[in-house]
Amino acid sequence: MKKWIQKHPYLFFLLPGVILYGLFMIYPLVSALGYSFFSWDGFIRKEFIGFENFRKVLREYPYKEKFWKALGHNAKFFLTTFILQTTIGLYIAIQLNKEKPVMEFFQAVYFLTYTLSMVVVGFLWLLLLNPNWGAVSQFLSLIGLEKWVAPWLGQESTALNTIILINFWRWFGYPVLVFKAGLQSIPQELNEAAIVDGANKWHLFRYITLPLLKPTIIMVTILTFIWDFNAFELVFVMQGSSGNPHYSTDLLATFFYRTAFGDPTTGAAGGNIGVASAIAVVMLIIIGFASYFGIRIMQKSEIEY
Amino acid sequence: MTKKILVVLNYMFLTILAVISIYPIFIMFISSFKTTPEIFFNPFNLPKKWNFQNFIKVWNEANFKVYFLNSVLITISSLIILLFCASLAAYALAKFNFKFNNLVFMIFLAGIMIPIRLGIVPLFILMRDLNLLDTRLSLIFTYSASGMPMSVFLFTGFFKTIPSELSDAARVDGCNEFQIFYKIMLPLVRPALATVALVNFVPWWNDFFFPLLFIRSDSLKTIQLGMTIFFGQYMTDWASLFAGMVIASIPMIILYLLMSKQFISGLTAGAVKG
Repeated sequence: MKKWIQKHPYLFFLLPGVILYGLFMIYPLVSALGYSFFSWDGFIRKEFIGFENFRKVLREYPYKEKFWKALGHNAKFFLTTFILQTTIGLYIAIQLNKEKPVMEFFQAVYFLTYTLSMVVVGFLWLLLLNPNWGAVSQFLSLIGLEKWVAPWLGQESTALNTIILINFWRWFGYPVLVFKAGLQSIPQELNEAAIVDGANKWHLFRYITLPLLKPTIIMVTILTFIWDFNAFELVFVMQGSSGNPHYSTDLLATFFYRTAFGDPTTGAAGGNIGVASAIAVVMLIIIGFASYFGIRIMQKSEIEY
Repeated sequence: MTKKILVVLNYMFLTILAVISIYPIFIMFISSFKTTPEIFFNPFNLPKKWNFQNFIKVWNEANFKVYFLNSVLITISSLIILLFCASLAAYALAKFNFKFNNLVFMIFLAGIMIPIRLGIVPLFILMRDLNLLDTRLSLIFTYSASGMPMSVFLFTGFFKTIPSELSDAARVDGCNEFQIFYKIMLPLVRPALATVALVNFVPWWNDFFFPLLFIRSDSLKTIQLGMTIFFGQYMTDWASLFAGMVIASIPMIILYLLMSKQFISGLTAGAVKG
């Protein structure tokens, strides 16, 4: 026995981590798949019912409508964030990459919001956007734009966009930071050589920076996708778990939460574990596929230099 | 001439964005020192009198001292468990050749892409069966487990840069494997310890999802969960609300301002190659 231990010392190094990770992460994620194939009575598992829960989520009232609506909102959430960060965010990162002390100040400022919790961000903007007393409304009145003052979070037409922008306000320092780190890893000699060959700024960006930054952009996009398809807190604290007004800000995660754990704002009961597990599995599949294809594209775009 | 205008426009753009980023936070800070009527009627002015009444009220009356302490306790305990488990596992993966090395490493890495939240129902039932619901331990185990993938990834990278000659020499001198790890390897990866600690500390401190599901007793609530209760109760008392938000955010803001270098290296490590 002692000899065997001496021969395999790594087992003892691995053991605590494998137990912790296996029990509290791998086991729940793997069994989430299994749970979706059973019928449930509250939190007690009943019999195997095949794809019945998935059929309910995708095809049956009232789940179907909520599911597709929430999926659309998540997609919009991701696409808007993606477009904003790869245009404005990338532009900012290129500016911050210039070696001037003031740029370090800007970077520190842009990143500060990322340290705030979603709960604080949600409540802060709830107060700032209050139509009567909020600082934003008062500011608009001050500069003569009273007309713009509206309960943005309370109307179906603007609520989701407002949430997406608030999320972007908090998030945007992260992609900028990563883009900047990616820019710094591009060897300066390439630009210098191109300038000698007569390239202008646009050429440098289009033919050197952009191709070499592509893996970083894709990586950030994958992370953004994962994050945005899991978004929960902001809608939960600002609009409740039904995604008020009238489900216009409902997301997959809030839909899942309501189905499993009930809705504290309306008092509706949850406990529909089978259906909730099926929603979680669908989310897992969406995220898994997106990550997989993202990483494949990224590996193809990687350039050795 | 046009070039100069472009430069000015560029700086204006950067400045406007900086104002949009920081001004709401600034409003939060100044409002936390005001009275509620002052916030309503003078939202943009500095407070007439800087008073700490709001903070004292929130800290004592609204139980923030309990929430704050719980958050500190939970994040620090999670960190100790995570650093212990992740550094050991990463050391094994980086320095030993064994049959399933690559497979184990890949299973750890897979967790970077898969959010643990998607396993919340089984995790909830597991916590119930282990009698851990409504305990701090439920959060500590969840956090330290969810921190494993990224931490193992970062630590393994660090351990691989340490030449094996060091451990070989120690082995010749009669150190056993654990002594080699503890006395030689661990001190050498100290910068990684700081990075791993920071990368995990912020999301844990800011987490709301798991406390919402696992914690019921008021005396066990974390600061983010406590805030949502408090918000419902003090809806019209904006001065207290702002003070509560400041208390919940200030530790992470200070941490970021003090250690922004480690912060940045940790956050970009996973996303940038090279």
